[in-house]
Amino acid sequence: MSAHTDIDAIHGDGHEHEHDDGIGHVSLKGYAIGFVLAVILTAIPFWLVMSGGFKNSSTTALVVLGFAAVQIVVHMIYFLHMNTKSEGGWNMLALIFTAVLVLITLSGSIWVMYHLNHNMMPAMMHDMQNLP
Amino acid sequence: MSAVAHESLQFHLETEHHPQNGTLLGFWLYLMSDCLIFACMFAVYGVLGRSYAGGPTGAELFELPLVALNTSLLLLSSITYGFAMLEMHRNRQRATLIWLAMTGLLGAGFIGIELYEFTHLIADGAGPQRSAFLSSFFTLVGTHGLHVSCGIIWLITLMVQVSKKGLIAENKRRLWCLSMFWHFLDVVWIGVFSFVYLMGVLP
Repeated sequence: MSAHTDIDAIHGDGHEHEHDDGIGHVSLKGYAIGFVLAVILTAIPFWLVMSGGFKNSSTTALVVLGFAAVQIVVHMIYFLHMNTKSEGGWNMLALIFTAVLVLITLSGSIWVMYHLNHNMMPAMMHDMQNLP
Repeated sequence: MSAVAHESLQFHLETEHHPQNGTLLGFWLYLMSDCLIFACMFAVYGVLGRSYAGGPTGAELFELPLVALNTSLLLLSSITYGFAMLEMHRNRQRATLIWLAMTGLLGAGFIGIELYEFTHLIADGAGPQRSAFLSSFFTLVGTHGLHVSCGIIWLITLMVQVSKKGLIAENKRRLWCLSMFWHFLDVVWIGVFSFVYLMGVLP
């Protein structure tokens, strides 16, 4: 931290590259739009589940997940200021790469483990029955 | 042919015009790697979330009104941090510090409610050792809470730095990094309340 303080002392004043350091493009309007959208997108799934939801609970689960996905995009755009141009597009590239990895990790784990659970039990029973 | 060469030269100059120090991109890459950690925990919860081992289920344990309160606290702290960033851009140090303090208090409230929830669960015999469901639940939600706690410590550190040195470029950069961290934690919380709490109480 002391090294940083030295840098602060040197660069503290007359640092005129603020428009170049990637900081910018924040506006009250953007935050307000993001906040209102986030409140709506949070309230609807909570209300849906707390009031009992649809008859078919997997429909409710899908709707909840859909609202979550939309809200994540809203937060990314209005709060994290994601766009295709920041840092020369490298932000977006890293985000897309991460999203792909997250998707593979989540869906792959759940898919594989679900089938493992399904297939393992009867097979083991079957083996046990065949034991001498 | 010359037009193409000219365009490529233009493009080259454009990129040269962005000599940003790599902090913000590097911090973004850190956030993405953190995202992968959370993805692994979400995957574990997705696999084990219904393995109750004869113990209590999510429908019996989760109190949605409390979760709704927690969610609104974190969402409010996101918007107050946004206001702090707006004041930072206007170079108003005092207003920035006030909004940062509000953000910290809302974050502390979030952590307080989460600790209250955890102690109640453990006192009711639904601690992390009860079932695979509860182990993965405590790991996922606890890691998120740990991140928010670290964010609050970072926030206090930055408030001290801003009040001592003012809104210099370095402090602005740090505040910007923390803003990304804070909003990122709110994004993770969307996944937690949707995937763990709301889907956990469904039959």
